[in-house]
Amino acid sequence: MKQATVEFRHVSKQYGPQGAVVDLSLLVPAGDICVLVGPSGCGKTTSLKMVNRLVEPSSGQVLIDGQDVMSVEPTQLRRGIGYVIQQVGLFPHQTIAENVATVPRLLGWSNKRIHARTQELLELVGLDPLQVRNRYPSQLSGGERQRVGVARAMAAEPPVMLMDEPFGAVDPIVRERLQNEFLRLHRTLGTTVLFVTHDIDEAIKMGNRVAVMQQGGHLAQYAPPTELLAHPASDFVSRFVGVDRGLKRLSLLKVADVPLEPGVVAHINDPVDVARRQAELAEADWVLLLDHADAPLGWIRTSQLDSKGTLRADDVDASSPFVHQETTLRDALSMLLASDVQTAVVVDDRNRYTGVLSLDRLGIAFRSETAPAAESVA
Amino acid sequence: MRAGEPLILWDWTFAHLPDIGRRVEEHLVLTGIAVGLGFLIAFLLSLAIRQFPILYSPITWVGGVIYSIPSLALFALLIPFTGLSVTTAEIGLVGYTLLILVRNIVGGLRAVPADVRESAVGMGYSQWQMLWRIELPLALAVIIAGVRVAVVTTIGLVTVTAIIGQGGLGALIMQGIQQFFATPLVIGAVLSIVLAIVIDGLLVLLQRSVTPWTRTAN
Repeated sequence: MKQATVEFRHVSKQYGPQGAVVDLSLLVPAGDICVLVGPSGCGKTTSLKMVNRLVEPSSGQVLIDGQDVMSVEPTQLRRGIGYVIQQVGLFPHQTIAENVATVPRLLGWSNKRIHARTQELLELVGLDPLQVRNRYPSQLSGGERQRVGVARAMAAEPPVMLMDEPFGAVDPIVRERLQNEFLRLHRTLGTTVLFVTHDIDEAIKMGNRVAVMQQGGHLAQYAPPTELLAHPASDFVSRFVGVDRGLKRLSLLKVADVPLEPGVVAHINDPVDVARRQAELAEADWVLLLDHADAPLGWIRTSQLDSKGTLRADDVDASSPFVHQETTLRDALSMLLASDVQTAVVVDDRNRYTGVLSLDRLGIAFRSETAPAAESVA
Repeated sequence: MRAGEPLILWDWTFAHLPDIGRRVEEHLVLTGIAVGLGFLIAFLLSLAIRQFPILYSPITWVGGVIYSIPSLALFALLIPFTGLSVTTAEIGLVGYTLLILVRNIVGGLRAVPADVRESAVGMGYSQWQMLWRIELPLALAVIIAGVRVAVVTTIGLVTVTAIIGQGGLGALIMQGIQQFFATPLVIGAVLSIVLAIVIDGLLVLLQRSVTPWTRTAN
C-alpha cells in the first residue's frame, strides 16, 4: 500500500494583481481523502494543479512526503501522481488497454507486466477486461469511461492521486455508484487522494477531511465532515454547507453511533406472566418478541395476553421498522417518521436484536455533541 | 482538330503505349517529389508554428500569395534563375502545396481536445512524446485530407510543367495541341484525371487503415 502526505505550506498563486490562492496551508495525512470544495473561482483547481506542477506556486511550498515538488523534474513528478479530470481525457486513438497502460509505458515496464496490470486494474474498477480491452473510448458509456480514467490514474500505483471533479460529467445515478465504488477501492488501496468538487454533498460523502475554500483563494475551514457540519467556522461555511446541514450530519452518523435503549424484550415460549411483569416494571404496554436466535419478530401488547401459558409467534400485534446498525441516521429518521410507533428495532449483521431507537433518543443523540465529536476525532 | 477525326485513334494508342507509360511515370515522379518535399517543408513549418503560434499568420500569408500566382506565370518567372529544369518545375509545384498542407497539419494538431492534452501532460508526457504519441496520431485524418487535396491539385498542375519541357502527361496534351491531333490530347487529359481519382482513392484507404478508432464510434 503506497501513500504519502501532501502538505501546502503558505502557498500563494497570483495571476496578475489578483490572488487565485492566498496563503494556503494544509496537511493531508497519508491515506486520507481530502476534498477541496468551494464555489467557482475559489482556487480549488489551481491548488490541486500545484501538486503536479501544472500550475506553479508564486510563493510557498507544496510538499509530497516532505519533498518540495518544485525540486522534482515535472514529467518525473507527474508519472508518480495519479490524475483524473472531469472530461476524463482518454486518448481516443488508443484502445482501453493502451489508455490504462499510459504511465507504465512511460515508465518502461515490460509488456508482460503491463498486460497483467491492465487486466487487474480493469477488473478492479468493475469492467470486464475481455470485453473492453480492445475497444476504443468512443465505444464506452460515460460511466465506463470514467472508470477507465480512474484505472489509468492508478496504473503505476501512485502514492498520491489528484481528482478534479472526476464524477461531475455523469448522471446522478451513475455518479452515486462511481462514488461508492471509489470509496470501496480506496479502502483497499489507501492512496492519498486530493479531490476537487463544487458539490458540498459529494465533499461530505467522499472526504475524510474537507477544505472549504472561498472566492479569492482563501481557505475558510479545514476539518473532518462531521466537524464541518457541527461547527461551521464562519458564516460563509455555514451558508455553503446549507441550512440542511443537520440532515447532512445525520447522513454521516450510523445507528450504531447512538446509544440505544435496551427495550422490553421477551423470547418465544417465555411464560406470559414473566413478560407482563417485565413490562409493568418498565411502565410499558408492549414487549418485543424475539425468537431463539434473538431475531426480532414483533411487538406484543401485554394487556391483550391471556395470563396463563407461554408467548407464541402469532401473539404479535404490531411490527415496527427493523433497521441495521450500519444504516445512516438520516435513513433511520425517515423510517421512524413513516412508521406508526416511532420506534425502530435495531439489528446487527446476523439479524440479532441489539436495541431500540426512538425518535426522542435520536434527537437527544443528535443534539448532544458527544456522538459527532467522538466521530470527528477518529 | 481535323474534321471527322475520332477522339481516339486506337491504332496510334497501341503503337505508342510505351511512350504513354513513360509519360505516366514522369507524371507520378513529378507529383511524388512535389508532394513529398512539400510535406516535409510544411511539416517543419507546422512544428515551428506549434512552438511559436505567432508564425501562423505570416507563413499562411506567404503560402497564400504563392498559391495565387498563375502557374504559367510562376514557371516563366523562374526560368531566368533555374532554367528549363526539374528544379523550376518543382519549386513551383512544392510552393503550391505549402498552403494546403500547413493549414491542415496545424489545424489537425490544434484540433486535439483540451482534455486529452491536459491528461497527457498531467500524466507526465514530455513535449515530444505528446507530439508523436498524441497530437500527430489524432491529427492524421485531417493531415491526410490535406495531402489528398495537395495531390489532386499537383497532378493537375504537373500537366502545365510540360511547357518547360518536363514531360509528364502534359507532354501528350501539348503534342495534341501542336499537331492538331486529338488522340494524345484526350489520352493525356483522361489519364491525368484517372491518376488523380486513383491516388485520391488510395489515400482514402490509407486514412481509414491508419485511423481505426474513427470507424468504431457507436
